[in-house]
Amino acid sequence: MTTVETFPTLAEAARAMGSGAAFFGGGTVLMRDVNAGEGPQRLVRSADPALKEVRAQGETVRLGAGVTMARILAERDLAFLHSVARQIGGPQVRNMGTLGGNLFAPHPYGDFAVALIALGARAVLAGQGGARPVEELMRERARPPLVAAVEIPRPRSGREFSFLKVSRVKPKGVSVLSVAAFLPAEGGRIRGARVAWGAMGPAPMRGQGAERALEGGALDAATIARAAAQAAEGLDPPTDALASAWYRKEVAGVHLRRLLERMERG
Amino acid sequence: MAKKPVTFTLNGRESAAFAEEGQNLLDFLRRSVGDLSPKYGCGQGGCGGCTVLIDGEPHLSCLTLAEAAAGRKVETASGLATGPVLHRLQEAFMERFAAQCGFCTPGMLVSAKALLDRNPRPTREEVIEALSGNLCRCTGYEPIIEAVLDAAGERARA
Amino acid sequence: MSMIEFRKEFFRDERDDNLNEIGKPTRRQDILGHVTGRSPFYDDHLFEGLLHIRCARSPHHHARIRRIDVSEAERSEGVVRVLTGKDVPRNLNTLLSLLDFGLDDEPLLAETKCAYKGEPVAAVIATSEAAARAAVKKVRVDWDVLPHVLDVEEAIRPGAPTVCEVYPGNKFVYHGKYDHQKLRYGDVEAAFRQADHIVEGRYQMSPIEQAPMETCGAIAAPEVNDRYVCYTGTQALFFSLGTAAKVLSMPSSRLHFVGGTVGGGFGGKVDSIHEPIAILGAMLTGKPCKFAWDREEEMQVGAPRGAERWYLKDGVMKDGRIIARQFTGYFDSGAYTRLSSYAIIKGVGHLPGPYTIPNVSANVYCVYTNRTPATAMRGFGITGVDFAIEAHMDKGAEAVGMNPIEFRILNAYRDGDMKAHRREAKNCALVECCQVVAEKAGVRLSGEAAAAASTKGGGGERGRLPAHTVTDQDGRVEGIDTGGYARKGGGASVSVPTPPRPAAPQYQSAPTPAPQQAAPTPAPPPAPDAARKGALRFSSLSGFRRR
Repeated sequence: MTTVETFPTLAEAARAMGSGAAFFGGGTVLMRDVNAGEGPQRLVRSADPALKEVRAQGETVRLGAGVTMARILAERDLAFLHSVARQIGGPQVRNMGTLGGNLFAPHPYGDFAVALIALGARAVLAGQGGARPVEELMRERARPPLVAAVEIPRPRSGREFSFLKVSRVKPKGVSVLSVAAFLPAEGGRIRGARVAWGAMGPAPMRGQGAERALEGGALDAATIARAAAQAAEGLDPPTDALASAWYRKEVAGVHLRRLLERMERG
Repeated sequence: MAKKPVTFTLNGRESAAFAEEGQNLLDFLRRSVGDLSPKYGCGQGGCGGCTVLIDGEPHLSCLTLAEAAAGRKVETASGLATGPVLHRLQEAFMERFAAQCGFCTPGMLVSAKALLDRNPRPTREEVIEALSGNLCRCTGYEPIIEAVLDAAGERARA
Repeated sequence: MSMIEFRKEFFRDERDDNLNEIGKPTRRQDILGHVTGRSPFYDDHLFEGLLHIRCARSPHHHARIRRIDVSEAERSEGVVRVLTGKDVPRNLNTLLSLLDFGLDDEPLLAETKCAYKGEPVAAVIATSEAAARAAVKKVRVDWDVLPHVLDVEEAIRPGAPTVCEVYPGNKFVYHGKYDHQKLRYGDVEAAFRQADHIVEGRYQMSPIEQAPMETCGAIAAPEVNDRYVCYTGTQALFFSLGTAAKVLSMPSSRLHFVGGTVGGGFGGKVDSIHEPIAILGAMLTGKPCKFAWDREEEMQVGAPRGAERWYLKDGVMKDGRIIARQFTGYFDSGAYTRLSSYAIIKGVGHLPGPYTIPNVSANVYCVYTNRTPATAMRGFGITGVDFAIEAHMDKGAEAVGMNPIEFRILNAYRDGDMKAHRREAKNCALVECCQVVAEKAGVRLSGEAAAAASTKGGGGERGRLPAHTVTDQDGRVEGIDTGGYARKGGGASVSVPTPPRPAAPQYQSAPTPAPQQAAPTPAPPPAPDAARKGALRFSSLSGFRRR
């Protein structure tokens, strides 16, 4: 049976975490297990207002881990994240699901994390100074650390960042795959290309094949074709009820090309 | 097992009941409070049959901890009508044949209410988006979308 | 914005437009309850001290049960009682036994073996759903895992594992005689020899879950006077009542069933599993008991529309006329019969589709595999084979180089034609449907196809039975007593007096007659003038009747 403990501050909640405990945010992932009698022994919650804090100005935005998708959509200064947040779940899930929870939501969920990895976002862990790359946390999904907030570099222009989620059901459906690209350019050349994939491996991951093809090039037809051709490199997608691993690898390049062409058009 | 008292507002009225440890809001509303309008369809957040409004916004009651409703305003389909006077959405659903088996209807209605409360004249696309978390298996979505648009039209004229 | 378009130019003289309800908007009688959230679904009846039932299930596709140990589950917190097959008064049933069709083949709770993944072996009754879930995990079953078979054609090969001991060959037995349902009409083999083209195809359809919004379930409670009340989401209230009475060996007068408010069914709520288990729970505990599937169970063990596989072979003349059609069909019944045997009877009655084909033959098998048992779903028995037939029609049209719509118009039933199940075709409208489809799709029809009508060209030669129908004893099964159904002769071979006719017909293409074949009586193309008389009335008992 599951017990629920609620703490006024995140620091107290962090101290209460331990074996058999899971931090309860929006509930959209954890509560399914609780309903099925497969929930963790202890649910730890916190009413800490810092979890819902939004600092949307400046070069790096900082969002509390408890910020919901709906909250992101309501914030005009977070427009660069709207196309991502809008594609998470349906209206109810967006009112409930949080940024922190999405980081560790298992396949076929967790598409927001894909965008965060492409953007080079960093996670601030509860009770720890500094921040760690979100990408790095993906390797600790089995025992996720308690995230207090996420710091997200703001793209200099809307053209630098784009996100695409492929679903069989519209407008609300889970991912066949998702892909995000962050392509800052200097003097017409891409410098520091970051491509991230969802549903293409055990967790959201970088697409190194595509990044190599894009790095240093101009975002034109030839570069896009090269990136599409190398898209599936290093990816290890799952086979599930939505698609086979073979299918996902076959179409990865197609969807990356569509995303890049959209960015090229601006 | 410890039970927790939960005081909240249900359809405008102060309400209180004991929640069990780990109990979801759907089960709490149905069994402990006695509001049977939200429905269990999946217990996984996939169908939207359990949708209720919390502080005006649609939530999945099956994925909400009952105790998390403490101090908040909860609205369900059973509170849509004012006494014997039906809400415009209810009238429009009746006119448009927007319910067949009726099981998804309470969830559809509250999702639609949240939309119209915040956006009184939605476009067709906005209606579709607002209802995208609510599955229907027999009526078909078309009459439901039409009913919401009808209700919005009336509201604008009123 | 209406999607419906009334095409009143068709059958003008037969239609009565002076109707009170048809064609006019109406309100559902139960809509007020729906929009106020007050329609009473089965789970909307609250009981003090309600107990919850959940089943322990087989993790294997096929396994013998050496031993079921429920002692730990019984000691689990909140558990009131654990039911096994021994508690079920009559633990073997087949749904259609109420119609006297088929052998009892399925236990309510498995005792000796499980034949599909998810088959229930024990039912835990506890004070909360969570307690029941926890205790289910403590039911220990000593399994002897058996080889399993998941494909219909593999299941009927010699040496395949026996899925259901009641039907040793993994095939349902029809009418006490055959391991398949037969349709014989004319002589397909002779016609194939005369055909200009032979068109063959293989088609299959996967199982489809009905996925009602409300999962299946029932609540039963002791009532006064030694009766039990049962609130249920069943689609078939009296069917479920009869099944519960049979399985529980009690007169149905002791059961008070309340239903009729169903949160979607689509065929998935006729299997009557929840009612007997809930009532048995109420009988043995004296408390109200609820047995409901969660969504995962609904998807995994809820009986779907079964998978089907079809082989079709057509003999087609150059001018597009289909002169013979042969079917071999396999319905995947899953581990038990449920309603698949009946689906096949229905499906075979539908062959060869809405086309006048003078020679038709079908062998259709109801096959047991170690998959979830299949049951009813919207037009079951028809849907799969219709898909096969229509896909095959396109293939036939391609073979003769015809537009697929014209190919259908040419072969469509006309009023007065004889159908393969030996009934006259009446009220046909496929020609007209095809013409409207062509119009909507922007397909230009030939003058002949555009002028065709269902009321023209039928009957006469096309309305006669074949002079000779080839029969056989293939698939004969001896020593099976399928109960009263066969003894009463219901559904057994129908004998229809055959009018005297000349020798078996010969076929040839109309525009370019094959010179090597003498053709004394070619299958006649639609001849004009077989107009329908009088308007029609529909009765659910006797179908359409002329006034």
